Amino acid sequence: MYELIGVTKQYRRGQTRVDALAGVDLTLDQGDRLVIQGPTGGGKSTLLQMLGGLDRPTSGRVLLDGIDLAALSERRLTAVRGQNIGFVFQSFNLIPTLTAQENVETALVPLGIRPAERRGRAAEALESVGLGERRGHLPSELSGGQQQRVAIARALVKRPKVLLADEPTGNLDESMRDEIVDVLEGLWKEHGLTFVMVTHDSAIARRAPRLATIRKGRITIKENRPAAPAPVEA
Amino acid sequence: MFFTYLRRELRRRRKAALVVASGLALGIALVIVVNSVSTGMSRAQGKVLESLYGLGTDLTVTKAQERPEDGSRPQRPRFEFQGKEEGEEQSSDRLMVQGFQTLADSTVASVAGQPGVDRAVGGLSLVNLKINGEFERGRIQRGQTQQGQPGGENGQNGGAQNGQNGGAGGGSGPGDTVTGGGAAFDVDSFTLYGTDVTAPDLGPLTTSTVSRGRTFKTSETDAKVAVVDSAYAQEQGLDVGDELTVKGIEFEIVGIATADRGQSAAQVYLPLKQAQTLSSSASKITTIYVKATDSTRIDALKTAIQKNVTGTTVTTSADLARTVSGSLDTAADLASNVGRWLSYAVLLAAVLVAGLLTSSAVTRRVREFGTLKALGWTSGRVTRQVVGEALVNGVVGGALGIAIGLVGAYAVTVAGPTLTAELGSVGGAFGGGGGGRGGTVFGGGPGGTATGRTVDIALTAPVGITTVGLAVLLALGGGLVAGAFGAWRASRLRPADALRRVE
Repeated sequence: MYELIGVTKQYRRGQTRVDALAGVDLTLDQGDRLVIQGPTGGGKSTLLQMLGGLDRPTSGRVLLDGIDLAALSERRLTAVRGQNIGFVFQSFNLIPTLTAQENVETALVPLGIRPAERRGRAAEALESVGLGERRGHLPSELSGGQQQRVAIARALVKRPKVLLADEPTGNLDESMRDEIVDVLEGLWKEHGLTFVMVTHDSAIARRAPRLATIRKGRITIKENRPAAPAPVEA
Repeated sequence: MFFTYLRRELRRRRKAALVVASGLALGIALVIVVNSVSTGMSRAQGKVLESLYGLGTDLTVTKAQERPEDGSRPQRPRFEFQGKEEGEEQSSDRLMVQGFQTLADSTVASVAGQPGVDRAVGGLSLVNLKINGEFERGRIQRGQTQQGQPGGENGQNGGAQNGQNGGAGGGSGPGDTVTGGGAAFDVDSFTLYGTDVTAPDLGPLTTSTVSRGRTFKTSETDAKVAVVDSAYAQEQGLDVGDELTVKGIEFEIVGIATADRGQSAAQVYLPLKQAQTLSSSASKITTIYVKATDSTRIDALKTAIQKNVTGTTVTTSADLARTVSGSLDTAADLASNVGRWLSYAVLLAAVLVAGLLTSSAVTRRVREFGTLKALGWTSGRVTRQVVGEALVNGVVGGALGIAIGLVGAYAVTVAGPTLTAELGSVGGAFGGGGGGRGGTVFGGGPGGTATGRTVDIALTAPVGITTVGLAVLLALGGGLVAGAFGAWRASRLRPADALRRVE
């Protein structure tokens, strides 16, 4: 599914060059679940952006189903993102003026789906995360956990091949965190997605079958025990 | 989704939207009011000019001012009174050509033959001046020290001073004093215009409406008929069917004409041939009224006539407009200079503020747009959303501005402030107005220079479809320019940068 070959990413911060990624090689198959950990500034989010086609590597190749994302035009890359990749962000990133239902629909707009079908699929997606009753509410009328559920529904409504989550529980309290992790794991199993999540939370990391650690732009992969959902420790 | 998102965003940021729309509305309202007032000014000026030479006249031709020969004096009205017995009435009835400058009436054909001339008609402006009165001799009382010395007897006072008694006399010897004596004269004057009755739709008479009776028939080229200005008729107690005597000839009054605005061009209108005969100006005219075939080529026509018909001065309405002064001129200057530029400056400022607010709104919504791009929204779609919001602000501002502008223009028209136009002198141009009794008696003066004339006119502010169209274009343009500020920023936004900046 994913193949990263010698991916580097360099930033310039003032006069200093920062190596966010320093030759990352990584392979992910369809249905894989990978948790990425590491210190702040180690390159976790940069790696996730490379996987999501949000940024381009300085060198190396990011292949998704054999297509090099780095070589695509902006328009093609946008289309790939729109069709294949779902994002969940730490701050939910919902549009504050749109209802839960309309927020979910924004993911279907680039696919050119007709409004009636869009509404039906968004309603289904909200049902699947347990928010069928709250679809007419604005984000400000929802709790943090509910907002993140809306964001998850938005990521999954287009039936993507890949789900990328950047600290999805970072802004939530413990009970909410468990709730969201359960929802994500349930959907991963149900839809057979390739699921990559960045987290600082070791308890969540231990539940993943594969754990990647990034330090100073270099990645190390560790295989955990078979992925069996276990109770989350506080 | 486009409209839902648009509606919600405008509702969320309604204060900012209101500021942007209000700014645009103010600018657009100003543009409408200033443009409509300016149009009103132009129309007022047009009416003022029409009141001088009538509808349909594009330019006039008069005799060019001539330099007096060395030693000769410019022509002026001249009266001679012969010595008569005391108490015997002295009178003078003079019918003079206004301005003393005439053209041969064959010039009409020469002018009419110029390319670009649709029609040309000639007319003769005259002034009738009657002076009636008598002299009274002064009485000499001899001084004691001069007693026995011969002195002038019955010294005569000189100096008729427009009907006023006065003046101590001379003619006495040293030590003698003269008492009493003087002169009492009445001055009666009125203006006449000899009109070409075969062309009733061109010339000064078109500035008046016949309120009683009728105008001239085209067959009355040499008839003893007259049309009298209503103000003069009222003053003299004249009406349709009465007789009017000019230089001893009686004319039947067939119509009473009322000037559409201001003063009439003349107080009495006669057929041209009669006017020429009365003033001993056979085959002479003072002014030729010209209608051009193409009103956009007046200047070229002026040049052609001046070149091809020598000894003439050609005056266009534009020349005449330059002589307009008074509050109309001041207001027109304000509207066309200060007002117009002020309104455009306000509009420009409003567009700039709208642009900055839109750009600032994009900055605040970086994460929002970054997220949408991450979801697969193209830059074009995001840009359209931003421009759409700005465009709606422009449309709302435009609608508000048009409404305010229409109300403002309507208020100006209802208030109808009166403006005064003072028409200055134009060498060789149109004769002054008729004036009242004893008014512009010597209108025109030497060389036919028109005397000043004052016309009051109510200001209107007509809003034409062009002005509304301009307002709509400005509103949409303002919205688009404002949107372009934000759109440019939104289109350059890279999702990774946008998300990194806020995480």
